[in-house]
Amino acid sequence: MSKLGAVHFSRRTLLTKLRRSLDVSLGISLARALPLVGGGLSLFGTESTLAQGMYSGTLRSLSELVDPLISGAPLSKTRVRIEMPLLADNGNLVNLAIKSDLPMTQDDYVEKIYLLSQRNPVVQIALFHLGPWSGDANINTRVRLAGSQFIVALAQTSKGKFYYDKFDVIVTESACVDGS
Amino acid sequence: MSIARLQVLGDLRVGSVVRIRLLIQHSMDTGYLQNMLGQNIPRNVIKTITCHADQSEIFRVDPSSGIAANPYFEFSWRVVPVRSIRTVWIDDIGIQGELLTPINVSINVPTKS
Repeated sequence: MSKLGAVHFSRRTLLTKLRRSLDVSLGISLARALPLVGGGLSLFGTESTLAQGMYSGTLRSLSELVDPLISGAPLSKTRVRIEMPLLADNGNLVNLAIKSDLPMTQDDYVEKIYLLSQRNPVVQIALFHLGPWSGDANINTRVRLAGSQFIVALAQTSKGKFYYDKFDVIVTESACVDGS
Repeated sequence: MSIARLQVLGDLRVGSVVRIRLLIQHSMDTGYLQNMLGQNIPRNVIKTITCHADQSEIFRVDPSSGIAANPYFEFSWRVVPVRSIRTVWIDDIGIQGELLTPINVSINVPTKS
């Protein structure tokens, strides 16, 4: 074990030195070599994420996500559905579809759809504004995910009702955190 | 080469619902990544994207850094007789973009089967 630890330490020191005195050509070759030392670096995970100025890793609860938006209005887990892969290999680009059978008529329509993340440093992934001119409330997009978490799609209708869906996704490689 | 593309899928007749695909070329820098010299790349993401059919708004989205690079959106629209769809967007450092897509709407009301 101590020998393994020593290997990690020397690789890390080498990496720090290289990062400080670096020319561009070296940079490219270093970037290629870095995935090899990735495992070693993850031992010091907190240090490297803080170095990027990112305050992530805490998992928010559902009420923490939706309460500031709904302010006491009734909420039900029906009529809105998220479709996305159960296992996302790369958090930098994950396909996501929001499907809903809510009416889109002149007097009753989906006004806003919030897309919220449990773990990302920025809670609100996107906010969609729709209206009766939309025809239906189905949206496809591609998101970034900073690790395994659940995603919430919250639809607000013009009558002030809220519908949501929650989807658990496993993310193998996080976005945000620099692999190099 | 244009940095944005908009594609209308479906039957462009008044009253029918079509799908619109929008793709904009933008790096959507989160502000958390570093360059090869270890310096932070400042945050720069698209703040707002708006689609107008002639003058009226048909779709608006406020993305954050949680949207992947080269943002892609697919949404629905109930067709009204217009000549074009105009898409405008603005990012954090204030760079604005605009895309004008002429469309050819058939004014025949779809026949009920």
